Amino acid sequence: MRGGPPARHRGVKNLDNLDNCDIAIVGAGVIGCAIARELSRFELKICVFEKEQDVGFGTSCRNSGVLHSGINYQPGTNRAWLNVKGNAMMDKLCAELKVPIKRIGKLTVALAEEDLSGLHKQHEQGKANGVRGMEFMKNELMQKIQPGVAGILGLWTPSSAIISPYGLTIALAENAAENDVKFYLGRAVTGIQWNAAGCFELEITGSHKVCARMVINSAGLHADEVSGFAGADAPRIWACRGEYYVLDRRLEGSLKTLIYPVPGPNDPGLGIHLTPTVDGNILIGPSAVYIPDDDRENYSVTKEVLPALRQEGQRIFPNLKAADFIRNFAGNRPKLSPPEIGGNTEFIIEEAKKLPGFIQLLGMESPGLTSAPAIAEYVLGLVRKRFELTPKADFIAERKGFAGHFSDLPEEQRMDMISDEPEYGEIICRCEKITKKEVRSAIENPLGAHALLSLKYRARTMMGRCQGGFCVPRIIRMLRDEYCYEPERYVLRGEESPMFAGFVRDVR
Amino acid sequence: MTDMVKHGGVKKDLVIIGGGPAGLAAAIAAREAGCVDLLLIERDRLLGGILNQCIHDGFGLHRFKEALSGPEYACRYIDKVKELGIPVALNTMVIGMNREKSLLVSTSGKLWRINAKSVLLAMGCRERARGALSIPGSRPSGVYTAGAAQTFVNMENIMPGKRAVILGSGDVGLIMARRMTLEGARVEAVFELLPYSSGLPRNIQQCLVDYGIPLYLSTTVVETTGKNRLEGVKVAEVDCSGRTVSGTERIVPCDTLLLSVGLIPENELARDAGVELHPITGGPIVDDLYMTGVPGIFSCGNALHVHDLVDWVSEEAARAGTNAAIYAMGLVNKRVRSMTVMAGNGVRYVMPRKVAYTDEVKLAFRVKTPLRGGVINIVLGDKIIKKETYVRLHPAEMVWMDLSLKEQQKQGVLEVRVGS
Repeated sequence: MRGGPPARHRGVKNLDNLDNCDIAIVGAGVIGCAIARELSRFELKICVFEKEQDVGFGTSCRNSGVLHSGINYQPGTNRAWLNVKGNAMMDKLCAELKVPIKRIGKLTVALAEEDLSGLHKQHEQGKANGVRGMEFMKNELMQKIQPGVAGILGLWTPSSAIISPYGLTIALAENAAENDVKFYLGRAVTGIQWNAAGCFELEITGSHKVCARMVINSAGLHADEVSGFAGADAPRIWACRGEYYVLDRRLEGSLKTLIYPVPGPNDPGLGIHLTPTVDGNILIGPSAVYIPDDDRENYSVTKEVLPALRQEGQRIFPNLKAADFIRNFAGNRPKLSPPEIGGNTEFIIEEAKKLPGFIQLLGMESPGLTSAPAIAEYVLGLVRKRFELTPKADFIAERKGFAGHFSDLPEEQRMDMISDEPEYGEIICRCEKITKKEVRSAIENPLGAHALLSLKYRARTMMGRCQGGFCVPRIIRMLRDEYCYEPERYVLRGEESPMFAGFVRDVR
Repeated sequence: MTDMVKHGGVKKDLVIIGGGPAGLAAAIAAREAGCVDLLLIERDRLLGGILNQCIHDGFGLHRFKEALSGPEYACRYIDKVKELGIPVALNTMVIGMNREKSLLVSTSGKLWRINAKSVLLAMGCRERARGALSIPGSRPSGVYTAGAAQTFVNMENIMPGKRAVILGSGDVGLIMARRMTLEGARVEAVFELLPYSSGLPRNIQQCLVDYGIPLYLSTTVVETTGKNRLEGVKVAEVDCSGRTVSGTERIVPCDTLLLSVGLIPENELARDAGVELHPITGGPIVDDLYMTGVPGIFSCGNALHVHDLVDWVSEEAARAGTNAAIYAMGLVNKRVRSMTVMAGNGVRYVMPRKVAYTDEVKLAFRVKTPLRGGVINIVLGDKIIKKETYVRLHPAEMVWMDLSLKEQQKQGVLEVRVGS
């Protein structure tokens, strides 16, 4: 028995001793966390404020998990160069952070003559953007990569890859925390003033004001509102929803690469397609439907879109059964282009005019995930203009552990590891064979996030075909017996989403 | 190879996977058939399987002629397993299996291989999860499968919610409607997509009618609302083709939605080993010895096909256990001739797929729709060889039928049909 609630870890602070900092980052999505990690290389006091109970709970956990090559964007734009650069940075970053990445490549496919000009345009853009290894393929050659694929001509981009978007976000945040960045979870920024003393005063929910010499607004769907608090000019953000289905791992391996249609000029997304995930599932989606401004975080799936996604899945895999659709979800893109125009505009990453020290990142939709490390470097450049930066002598670049999940390791390695760490032998999740040790590591995460979704995104529990029917009772038992949880402490996302209504009988 | 030795790869005559009602009965029968070198593997911390959380009564009416609770029923078998000294591995899970019956087994501090002569799959079933239903709407907390809710309430002393709606009239859902009511929650209603209940008639009476819980047939949940915790469900009537009838939508406020929308035999291991599964039952295709298409791999209980009563699980598992033991001991029961069994008109499925020309053939089947005064015909070739009349036939109730095929000379397909 391990008594008491989990210890507060190094990266998380209680608000009572919330103090002033050099840099406040608002929003802990993949970009905010990448910036935090990049800046943590230097002697700076950095605080990250996140309104959700964990990092990556917004758009960063609700997307395809694809690292794009950079053929989709107009040369000379931020999106184009940050994408290509970010993609190239990923292998080293993922090796350091122990995040699985699979370079499975992508085929952008022209189904008919009329798609050809669009396909050639992608190729031209790719050339101009410096995308390496591109190759046109006739259907015959495409078959060697993905048997059964339709289309008259394909554009092959070998640098396209898949990654766990929440896995990367969490790894960036946990590594930043290890390097002394303070994460304040469940704390929203509700106001920002520039005060006479020459710093920004941030109003934080449930806390006194915090002063920061610099603010980095990476608030995703709400970034325009956060800029508005500070009085910075920012164009409006539109939420554009994408719905997905998750397919059972029964189909693992049947999709060898990413296959996308040629995007139309005004499509708000890259088209509905099938995407293998780094964990072995297949995603169908995303749709692209603008949603009303009053609820940018409406993540409902709809009766209009779900059937279309099912149909697309069945078109590719005619043998799909109802049980193969194990889950559906939605994610919302923070867009700068209004519904009547569609398409996508430019990433805005700038120091706000007339507000020195306030850096805003607006319209960070796709390819935000791919670009994240490059964006972080770019923002570092903006920070350098205001701060004399001293590199930390003891910066820790590497995360401990191994990439991926225990059950993916070779059998003999597992046998050896179990001898040393018995809990690797105890299975908590039958579908994905997640072990007690992995669940424990997730529970004891350095950010102190304790929602059940925090365990899900770290350990992959609740993600298999039974969707938590087996593992959740076991996790609940573990949290109760070994971490002294009371019924009210179990939450799905946050305080407003309790799992339970108390004890059946009070037997204490 | 050195690793194998180091980590203790072992040989076993018979491994039974799953210590629930099926595995228990099978282990006892196997031992009684003379199999000494057997191992019963259970992934939970105690034997009994799902029976441990079934604290209501009604178990054992056929087998023991008395109404027992789940744990009591399990206890009779567990005691016998102990008495016979059958080796049991608790907190142990088989996480891989191949056609050669080499099992990868995991437990605290140890991962090892067992090479078995015979394997009996008795892993039971799992609940169909929400994903397969594709209900539009938000994804709040408060949505559970009925079985998970049963675990929380009966095993962990935790209430999932205070105001519940139950989707699907499977037996677990009906039992939980009563349990939630008894524990102080308000159960608004049970909604069933089909025009008839998929649970046993006795459960409709004892769990819903007796407690004034309404059951709405041909009605389903079409949307969930509530951003954080569930706040309500939108329900609508459906027509005979399964489409929702517009204008019938209404919101039912609730903080909990329990799903009882079907059980699926658990067969990841069977799939790993290349065992062919039945498209309707989801369990392995077996012959009348309960042997799958892979020699030496047997299946029984809810892992084979979902049963209505545990009594039938125990009986079936005992037969399967005996056969698996005979195989493991090398005394193969050679079949000279066999015939294929098929589900005909009005019948959803028949188990087993193949039967021998013996005088003790046992068929299990379910009809597709409820029938009053139904007739079942057993047809061989073009000849009706048996005709049985039933007061009532219901898809929720499994039908068992004994047949003698010893005198039959004819070759061909044996068909089970609803007749007149």
